[in-house]
Amino acid sequence: MKAIITVLVLAVIFSSCQNSAKKKTANEKVSITAAGATFPLPYYNLVFKNYTESKGTLVTYGGIGSGGGIRSLTDKVVDFGATDAYLEDKQLAEMPAPVVHIPTCLGAVVIAYNLPGVDELKLSNELLEKIFLGEITKWNDPQITANNSGVKLPAKDIIFVHRSDGSGTTHIFSDYMTKISAKWAEKVGTGKSLNWPVGMGAKGNPGVVGTVSQTEGAIGYVGSEFAFAQKIQMAKVQNSQGEYVLPTIASVSASAKGDIPDDTRIMLTNSSDPESYPISGFTWIILYKEQSYNGRSLAQAEETLKLLDWLVSAEAQAEAANVNYSPLTDDAAAKAKAILRTVTYEGKAILN
Amino acid sequence: MNSDKITKIVLFSVSFIILIIAGGMVFSLVGGAIPSFKTFGLGFITSSQWDPTDGRENYGALPFIAGTLITSFAALIISFPLSFATSLFLGEYYRNTRVAKILGTMVDLLAGIPSIVYGLWGFYILRPFLIGLGFENQGFGVFTASIVLAIMIIPYATSLSNEIISMVPNDLKEAAYSLGSTRYEVIRYVTVPAARSGIFAGYILAFGRALGETMAVTMLIGNANRIPDSLFSTGNTMASVIANQFGEADGLKLSSLIAIGLLLFVITGIVNGIGKMIIKKMN
Repeated sequence: MKAIITVLVLAVIFSSCQNSAKKKTANEKVSITAAGATFPLPYYNLVFKNYTESKGTLVTYGGIGSGGGIRSLTDKVVDFGATDAYLEDKQLAEMPAPVVHIPTCLGAVVIAYNLPGVDELKLSNELLEKIFLGEITKWNDPQITANNSGVKLPAKDIIFVHRSDGSGTTHIFSDYMTKISAKWAEKVGTGKSLNWPVGMGAKGNPGVVGTVSQTEGAIGYVGSEFAFAQKIQMAKVQNSQGEYVLPTIASVSASAKGDIPDDTRIMLTNSSDPESYPISGFTWIILYKEQSYNGRSLAQAEETLKLLDWLVSAEAQAEAANVNYSPLTDDAAAKAKAILRTVTYEGKAILN
Repeated sequence: MNSDKITKIVLFSVSFIILIIAGGMVFSLVGGAIPSFKTFGLGFITSSQWDPTDGRENYGALPFIAGTLITSFAALIISFPLSFATSLFLGEYYRNTRVAKILGTMVDLLAGIPSIVYGLWGFYILRPFLIGLGFENQGFGVFTASIVLAIMIIPYATSLSNEIISMVPNDLKEAAYSLGSTRYEVIRYVTVPAARSGIFAGYILAFGRALGETMAVTMLIGNANRIPDSLFSTGNTMASVIANQFGEADGLKLSSLIAIGLLLFVITGIVNGIGKMIIKKMN
């Protein structure tokens, strides 16, 4: 008898708890929580702050890494997650419900180097392959000098600095290397962290930039959002059309000029556009296609969608360049808007 | 209840909590490491492959075990003359003088400096200095990391041995002096033998500290996942690879990192065990 009463009391307590939680979200002011990739963090911080100030909806974004963003969305503890690498079909199938990708801006991976007096360095695909696989070890190697006539290169060792931590930056970099080099694809491959054939690791973009700028003869790859804010030498990289392109806000955006699939899940590296910087990529926000889950209110879903719709609008995109990100092309922004309009609450589209 | 009983209960429960925490850590480490050991077996310890690429994941901890042991031993060797001399200076030659007090405080201060500061010092000051000496062309590697580690562990080795050296009974020393010993002979044949187990314990403590040091080492060792082939080559340590890679790790990789944590735990345990055995023998 006693046990039954206890169970009943507990049941009442639990159910009342749930009820009050539901009511709370329906009546009170909505606040939005998100977490994920650190790469777009400065951009998100800026635009979400602007959004909170102008619209009054509090948006909190935690930069916990792409993996963390995907986990948080899987656990349904955030309104949306963010990731630098899109979810593969297998990963999508493992999510508890269908997920859509919304591209929010573009970034790139720049090849930074430290050679005093060398203001321009042109790196062909072949040179990238040989340098990063350790087949060329001196800066004055004839293969490099032949490609950079008129530039005096020192007889120093090439010291390659890569990331020691797992990173979306490494993912984009290795994806590009895999596309341009069969040898790289076979020996190293693509991933957030790799089995590096040569070089040494430094933690985070600041670690790589710090090590490169402190070490003469060093070369490394750095996220553009960080590199553009630093005074650091950047190499021109040969794109698929044979042009040597310096990474800039415009040349990174240009990489999205080609065909983009409707779900926007594409690695933009080695773009076919002649003006494009080839080591570029989207960063995405991910959310559930059906927003009615875990007792989320309609208001919560509406506010989330409004925020994301604003994020890909011209107003928010104009801010991107201020924090060294490249804005979406019109085509990509239109596709993002179209995807947002497929997101539903209890089967009905939220935005129209 | 009387106060005695209360004290007993409080003390018992608090120490029990510590036991539970330590036990819980071992439990979760073992639990997390199981998938990795199941996949790679003992090869996890003997393989030097560390390939996190999707589809051909293969993890071996040997480069990190080697890196940890090499840097820690090197640090111990480098720090020994410094800390041994300092502890003799503080505990014997200049005991209770002002100089000793100032120096003792400075040594203790070394223990209070955050390891990131040691890392920065190594990165911006020591590294360019070593490059300038012409040892190596980039300054990262086992040697640089060991020097910084050596400085970091000085206070651990010094404080304990200093304490023990100053506790050697005066009667013993005076007896030796009365037999006509010089100061050097007293230290050599009386003080050090009498204090040796304590001194040794100090170095075990310092070595344990070097094994687990993360931040300063990861900034200086070069984080290259291979077995260092010379003192000047780059490498990686167990603590450093965990700190660097757990952020984006999941699945088998996460399990392998936890397994490295478990191995580090075991190695530290073994070192302490051996240390205790030797101390027992000395006594």
